[in-house]
Amino acid sequence: MSVLVYTEINKGRVKKASLECINYAAKIAELTGSTVTAFVNNADAAQLEEIGKAGATKILSVKNDKFNADSMLVSAAVEQAAKAENAKVIVFAFDIVGKAVAPRLSAKLKAGLVAGAVDYPSVNGSSLEVKKNVFSGKATALYSINSEVKIISLLPNSFPVTAGDNKATVVDFSVDLSSVNSRIVVKEVKSNDANGTTPLPEAELVVSAGRGMKGPENWKIIEDLAGSLGATTACSRPVADMHWRPHHEHVGQTGVAIRPNLYIAVGISGAIQHLAGVNGSKTIVVINNDKEAPFFKSADYGVVGDAFTIVPKLTEAIKKFKANQN
Amino acid sequence: MKILVAISNVPDTTTKIQFTDGDTKFNAAGVTFVINPYDEWYALVRALELKEANLAEKVTLIHVGLADSEATIRKGLALGADDAVRIDAEGPDALFVADQIAAYAKANAYDLILVGKETINYNGSSVGAMISGVLDLPFISLANKLDLAGNKATVEQEVDGGTQIVECELPLVISCAKGMAEQRIPNMRGIMAARTKPLTVVASNGAAPLTSVKSFTLSAGRTAVKMISEDNMDELVQLLHTQAKVI
Repeated sequence: MSVLVYTEINKGRVKKASLECINYAAKIAELTGSTVTAFVNNADAAQLEEIGKAGATKILSVKNDKFNADSMLVSAAVEQAAKAENAKVIVFAFDIVGKAVAPRLSAKLKAGLVAGAVDYPSVNGSSLEVKKNVFSGKATALYSINSEVKIISLLPNSFPVTAGDNKATVVDFSVDLSSVNSRIVVKEVKSNDANGTTPLPEAELVVSAGRGMKGPENWKIIEDLAGSLGATTACSRPVADMHWRPHHEHVGQTGVAIRPNLYIAVGISGAIQHLAGVNGSKTIVVINNDKEAPFFKSADYGVVGDAFTIVPKLTEAIKKFKANQN
Repeated sequence: MKILVAISNVPDTTTKIQFTDGDTKFNAAGVTFVINPYDEWYALVRALELKEANLAEKVTLIHVGLADSEATIRKGLALGADDAVRIDAEGPDALFVADQIAAYAKANAYDLILVGKETINYNGSSVGAMISGVLDLPFISLANKLDLAGNKATVEQEVDGGTQIVECELPLVISCAKGMAEQRIPNMRGIMAARTKPLTVVASNGAAPLTSVKSFTLSAGRTAVKMISEDNMDELVQLLHTQAKVI
């Protein structure tokens, strides 16, 4: 019996969210007396080693260039792995691929799914109990998964990543996808990652700005602040809607939900829809010239004043701090 | 071409969340329920646009819920859906909901099934992919744009680090995100027409949910905000380093 982890390689590295899943699976394996098997496609030797160090005891290494574009194919491949390993728990990241594949697999295997877990599970008889956020982060729900096979997907940035000196046994694994009626054809891929920063869902540090910046021409100070921290930039919905910033930077309920260690919000009043997408941030700093801005009620640290004065000062303070650290 | 749009009945975004019965149930007293925004603004409105462009003949709403959700269904009809189906069951378990919708869809041969990317109450992003799994249909997640030409859908969807354009022959299931359509408000004519549009109630298939909610806990609020003078950004940096430990 094993805990199977869907592990993803993205832009030449093992996704941080996948490493979180392997660590998490190792905790479940401890609780249930089982082992951790990682399923990975097209990984090189260094990536396989990293997966082992994160806690996988066995890796099913697949070489297949076809299946990543279609959740039907990924789901069928993971289903074959789950059956081969007699997996009773399957772990995914609650990311773009995990949101498409884990529920489909849940339907195929008649396996109960908790999507977006934020805590380690506990064992209660033959059930696993695990918490997830509900009502857009206003509450958590403790779910019991009662099926024989259980699937959990993890909210990225909810669990620490640690690496040990474990070495996994690597097994070449063939998947037979000939019976899958895949009909999705990819015509074009457009990348958002021109600046090379960490994608928002994985970012630990995020600097975000809203209408208070008064226009897209003023974003240089936000980019400078983000650059001083090594943070990813984001924005509020109106800013994306007015095309001041690209839509993929929009964080909030209708945009990207994020969970960084630090979220700095500049010139964002804190509408409830915005809060719903960022309230999982561990520390929130709000900079706003309106001392009555509702966002201050949800912040850990607040600064009232003109962003065009404060942001450059904060950038300089961070640069000075970093210089002293070196 | 028939489109099925799954809608969920959720507390309005601004609702103050409370629980009852020893924190095991959501307290619905005094709460305004609405169509889940992603189902309404993106899935339903795009389906209506496709019908208005003569690319679809009929738009049917489907909802899994009890009789008290019928006002929400009628709002969807007022926006322009042709008819609606309510599966008479309550179930926070996503696979239970997907099973009910899939069974109806299979029996009635829909070409396209649209859902919102997630609901704002359970935030699971699961039902669309589950429907596709039960029906063994292709699934395109997080769609920002959808166009139809004959039997082929062209969809722009979010992927890691960007977007991609894909094509797929129908039938298929799509989860809809921001960008698919703009919000509409029902007009008086639509509201009047909705009163007489067909709303069929169907019994559930009685499947047992595979997960259950044991309890809810309100998220702990943050401690009071610590205000920093705009002239003291060094203090803020020190607090972020020593107190919050995030830099």
